[in-house]
Amino acid sequence: MHDADQIEVQTETRGDAVIVRPIGDIDLSRAPHLREQLSEALREAEARLVINLDDVPYMDSSGVATLVETMQMCRKSGKKLVLCQLQDRVRSIFEIARLDMVFTIVETTDEAINAG
Amino acid sequence: MNDVASSPHLRLEMLSQARLLSAARSMVGNFAQRLGFNEVECGQISLAVDEALCNIINHGYEKRDDGRIWLNVWGLEGERPGIRVMIEDVARQVEPDQIKSRDLDDVRPGGLGVFIIHEIMDEVKYDKREQGGMRLTMVKYLSSDSRPSSSSNETRHEESSHSGKGNTDHA
Repeated sequence: MHDADQIEVQTETRGDAVIVRPIGDIDLSRAPHLREQLSEALREAEARLVINLDDVPYMDSSGVATLVETMQMCRKSGKKLVLCQLQDRVRSIFEIARLDMVFTIVETTDEAINAG
Repeated sequence: MNDVASSPHLRLEMLSQARLLSAARSMVGNFAQRLGFNEVECGQISLAVDEALCNIINHGYEKRDDGRIWLNVWGLEGERPGIRVMIEDVARQVEPDQIKSRDLDDVRPGGLGVFIIHEIMDEVKYDKREQGGMRLTMVKYLSSDSRPSSSSNETRHEESSHSGKGNTDHA
């Protein structure tokens, strides 16, 4: 994988939740690497996977597809997926694709950890 | 001036490589901003271009990384100012009426690109190029929600018509 195809991802465990924070644009180039990172985080999460998108200024449908895939894996394993801190441009694609009501999306990381 | 038969205001030739997408969408997004589109609209226009390029890379060139793609952009002036983007390739041809979006009620990964392009852009037209490959022409007009920038006139050109559907040869 070319360096330009990798995305920096910070991971933190808080209680039964793993919080994943990708940094940078998520597009066709980087979505495969993010998918690997999310799969690993999901294995480590006891009950909840939180994806903090505050440092993601751009996402295309490849990124959205990766998150849909992660949501499906969470459901299969009985874990909860919550997205938080979306920038306006990123929130826009969820609204265009009418996925803003499919995902659990909250404002802050604390809300994401406690969201029902 | 803005007829697509005229020279584009911006033109980029790129390989069918996903790592080049960020450069292409930055070019279009920056130009859209100078034309007076607001921040969210600039992001959406960039997204439409990104999705079109992804489809060419994934489906047209079937992930080959040596395919050629030409991205042409015009600023539109006159009664309906906006932006026109024309993307051409020499990839596998498909019938334009076969390029459709899928049912969004079926929540699954992938297949959203065509839907997103139609949602964002005001006009979307696919053609088979005589020289081989496909041509996608998309137009987005400035709306009352757009915030015209004071410097946008610097990048605009006189327009006699923006309804033409001419060709630009690359082959």
